[in-house]
Order: sequence, then structure tokens, then C-alpha cells
Amino acid sequence: MTALLDVRGLVTAFPGPEGDLRAVDEVSFQLARGEVLGLVGESGSGKSVTGFSIMGLVDPPGRVAAGQILFDGADLAQADADTRRSLRGRRIAMVFQDPMMTLNPVLRIGTQMTEALHAHVQISRQEARARARDALGLVGIPSPEERLDGYPHEFSGGMRQRVAIAIALLHRPDLIIADEPTTALDVTIQAQILSEFQKLTEEQGTAVIWITHDLAIVSGLADRIAVMYGGRIVETGGIEEVLRAPRHPYTRGLIRSVPSENTRGTRLAQIPGVTPSLGRMPAGCAFRSRCGRADAACAARPGRFGSLGAYHRCFHPHEETLA
Amino acid sequence: MITTLIRRAIQAGFVIFAMTLIVFLGVNVIGNPVDILINPDLNQAERLRVIQNLGLDQPLWRQYLGFLHGLAQGNFGDSFVYGRPALQVIAERLPATLELALCAMVIAIVIGLPLGLYAGLYPERISSRLIMTGSILGFSLPTFWVGLMFILLFAVQLGWLPSNGRGETAEFLGAKWSFLTRDGLAHLVLPALNLALFKTSLILRLTRAGVQEVVLQDFVKFARAKGLRESRIVLVHILKNLMIPVITIIGLEFGSLIAFSVVTESIFGWPGMGKLIIDSINLLDRPVIVAYLMMMVVLFVSLNFVIDICYTLLDPRVRLDGKG
Repeated sequence: MTALLDVRGLVTAFPGPEGDLRAVDEVSFQLARGEVLGLVGESGSGKSVTGFSIMGLVDPPGRVAAGQILFDGADLAQADADTRRSLRGRRIAMVFQDPMMTLNPVLRIGTQMTEALHAHVQISRQEARARARDALGLVGIPSPEERLDGYPHEFSGGMRQRVAIAIALLHRPDLIIADEPTTALDVTIQAQILSEFQKLTEEQGTAVIWITHDLAIVSGLADRIAVMYGGRIVETGGIEEVLRAPRHPYTRGLIRSVPSENTRGTRLAQIPGVTPSLGRMPAGCAFRSRCGRADAACAARPGRFGSLGAYHRCFHPHEETLA
Repeated sequence: MITTLIRRAIQAGFVIFAMTLIVFLGVNVIGNPVDILINPDLNQAERLRVIQNLGLDQPLWRQYLGFLHGLAQGNFGDSFVYGRPALQVIAERLPATLELALCAMVIAIVIGLPLGLYAGLYPERISSRLIMTGSILGFSLPTFWVGLMFILLFAVQLGWLPSNGRGETAEFLGAKWSFLTRDGLAHLVLPALNLALFKTSLILRLTRAGVQEVVLQDFVKFARAKGLRESRIVLVHILKNLMIPVITIIGLEFGSLIAFSVVTESIFGWPGMGKLIIDSINLLDRPVIVAYLMMMVVLFVSLNFVIDICYTLLDPRVRLDGKG
């Protein structure tokens, strides 16, 4: 079976004063239909830019500088603007982080939903409205018919994110890129949205790239995980294997910095130091400036160790499972 | 909504009342019209009679009450110079100014808005930089100088367009309008362009600034993520969000076009209200000055009201009652 999405050697660069800065640096991963990939990393690790690169929405002057984004066999990195537009929203949809900002404040909810339909299919206004209303109902918004005439400011944050999800699901896309869609919400709302989202994508067989810094979310949601640091995927694999036996010291550090039952009463482990900015990433392994296991070997750029579906980029990987 | 309208009307009433005081007092301290209006050859008795006729022998408060009394009946008194009701004198000049202001505003919007959108969307392009440079010229060149250059170039050198007066007019709604005849339209072009220049630059720069702010918003990116066409993103998502400051400026600038187009009207010999008010000030024709200023107060109060209503139409978050 061919993968739905096959990203190969993706490089997304932003011009800087001293040459290009690679926000995404040779990222490769595959995603099968209906699969959920958790893309995990700190702020600035390049996970959101990876998402926008796939959408074709990298803010200029940033650009996809190298690599392939094979979606259903066709390379999006080479596709023209019109092809990309026709895929956006229809076959690849996106949900953004801050629901307060993603809906246009001066347009009615109904307008913002039906325009997404009209952009891709020839249907009547009544039909578009009916589909929009059904989509609102689907994501659990009460009295959807009336809410269509509402404006975003009349909705709570959680409700707005439901609307955004409804818009993303309108065309039953093959892939949804969810860029931390629950981060800005209250915890209780977070759980609701999460389970709602999971249910709907499962029902529709939608593949999901769930971008987050929250390992707890990923562990309950994703089939596979890819951990990003400094624009690179430092480790990827099945969610259970990676969480049980992380090979890369960074992955290990991330997992151990999450409070859990086992760590009660002890000090939480931290990763020392802070993520260097893009321009100050050390050559070779980007993590070596913060890594306890780093030595001279790490000055070379680590390649992929393992298969395309499960690999890490570390010269001194951990072998043991986490306690 | 209704209570808000009523409250607004009452507020407007207060503003207008305050203005009657300021205007009346102000006009009364700038000079004595008797010195200018009355023939110095007249003898003392005739002089006194004229002063009594004009009501200038009364104490100031009595004059003011008389003025208020007339105002309540829509009467601003007779012009000292023309001997006819001041309002009538002004109303005769109103169509000329109105059509000039309207033309200038339309030109400014039709040119300024699209160019501002373009320059805001593609700030890196050379054409955008040219536009912005041009707008600085439009901003900083003095209107009277540009007017004179227009006359020199288009009227004197090239002889394409007339430079003086309203040309032929046609009757419509009981007033004389230039834009209804070919000749009148030709006369309208230069003064309208002259007036529009500054406003165009203003709207252009405001629009550009607005675009550059709005395009960075997440909802624009989300609109792209929905696969919308660029035209819809620009014309609906971006434009509607930047219209609020633009509408404000358009409204206020339209008011100032009507009230203060004196310079252009003088240069192009356009018989509008601006020229009338300058003449009236020179001759200390108090009733005309007062009536004119009062009209302008009402004009600006109404324009502001219209702008407020536009806000609520454009932005659902704005409520006139301030609860939103």
C-alpha cells in the first residue's frame, strides 16, 4: 500500500542576514490513510512550519527549498498554485492553534462555512447552507441553524474551535493537519474537543498530523510519533515503542519532564539549557549543546539510524526502556 | 437601537446649541460691519437708521436671543450684503460645492482604495514603491500650487480643459448642476482632480497600512487553508476588515471637502460656498457667516452619525449603545 503522504527530505528555509535559516531541515516521514501522527516538539522546533509547508502556506519570504511532499503520489512541492489551492480545504485541511484568531471577526459563521464549500464544489446556496448546518451539528454545536447567522465573537473559544473543525471536515478531507488545536482551550473543553475530533476523524477515515508539544495528548491519540528538535525529526516510530523505549536523549528528556504517577514526590527531570535559536544551532547534532551523552562524535551530522518508519538520529542512543 | 438614536439626537442638539453660542460670540468680536457696509458719505441720521435696520444697536444678548428666535424658525436673518435671507444665499451656492466635493471624493476612493490594496498586498514590487512615492507627493505638494500647475498645463499649454467657472449647468431637483452637461463636466475635471489629490493619497496610505496589518492575521491564513481564491480573500476577508478606519476618514474628509475647499474654489473660479464664505468674512456679512458655520456643524454631526451607523454594518462587534 502506498502512503497517503510521503514527505522526503523536506527543507523549508527563511532568508536570514547570514544566509538561509532552515526551519525545517531534511524532514522525512510517511503517513498512511487513516493514520494519526503526533508531531511533537518545543516551540521553534519546526513542527508548525512542517505543517504549513505541506499546506503550501509558508509565509514569504520563507519557502520550501528542497525535498518532496508526495500526496497521493503527486509532488506538492512542484505543483502550481492553482493545484495547491484546489487541494487545500478539500483534500488537506488544517485546524489552527488559536480559535480566537482563525475566524474572520466581521463575517457570519455561515458565510465562512459556505464559502469553503463554494470554493471547491458547484452547489446551490441552500445546499451549501444545509451542509454547513449539518457540519455544525456534527461537531456538537447546539441549534446549528441559528448559529449559522452568528458572528465569531458570539461564540466561546471552545465553540469557535468546533466551528474551525467543522470547516476542516466539510469536504471529508484525506488529511487534517491539526496545529495544537486544543492548546488555547480550558482543560475540560480540551478533553471534549479531543474526543470529538478523534471520533470524527476515525469515522471518516481521515489521516491526521497532530502538531503539539503535549506528549500526554499524543500518547492517547496518535498511532505514530515524530519528535522534532531544531528543525529535524530526531526520533520517530510507533507511539508505544517510542514512549516505552525512547532512543534519543531528547525524546527521553521530553518524556521525563511530564509529571506522572511514577514521578510523584520526586523532582521533575528537566532538559538543561534552552533551545538555541535557529541561527545558533550547533553544527552536527543540534541537541549536543544540551545533551549529557554528547562527545566528539556528535560534531558530525547524525544520519538516520533505523528504517524510514522507525528511526532516530543519535550516535549514542539509549537502549534500555524507561522505568 | 431606537433609544440610542434618540440619545444621539439629543447629544447633537447640545453640540449645535453650544456652537450657536461660540459662533455668534466669535463673529461679533471680529469687527464692526458698520465700518465696512455703510457708505462713509452718509450723514449721522442715515447712518443710525441703517444700524437700526440691521439690528446692530441692540445689546449683544438681545441680538443673540433674536438670532436664536430666528433660528427656531429656520431663519438666519438677511445677508447684510445681498439683502436676502442668508440661508438662501448659501443654498444657491451649495450644489456647486456639493458636486465638486462628491466628484473629488469619488475620484479619491476609486483611485486610492485599489492602489492602496495593491501596494499593501505586494509591498516588494517596484510598482508599489512608485505608488507610495507618488502618494508622498500627493500628500506634500500644496493644493494651490498643484491647482495652478493644472491650469498651466491642461488649460494654458495643452488647451484641453477649461480652467474657470462652472460652465454650462442643467436644472435638476430645483438646483443647477454642472455634471449634467458636457461643458460643465469639462469644467469640473480640473478642480475635482485638484481637490482629490490629497484625499487620494490619504486613503491610499490608510488602506495600505490596513492591508499590511490584516494580512498577518490568522484568519487570512485560515481562509487560504480553506482553499479560497485569492480574489475572495482580498475582496471579502481583507477589505471588510480594513474598511472601518477608511470609512471614518472618508466621512470626515468629505465634510472637510464641503466646508474647506476654499483654495481650490478660488483658483478655479468655482462659485461654491468656500468662495462665498471668504467674501462674507471680508465684508463681515455676519448672518451668512453664522448660517454657514451652523450648516457645517450640522453637516459634521450628521456625517459622524452616518459613520457610526456604517461601523455597526461593517463590524458586528460594534454596538451603538456601547454594550457590545
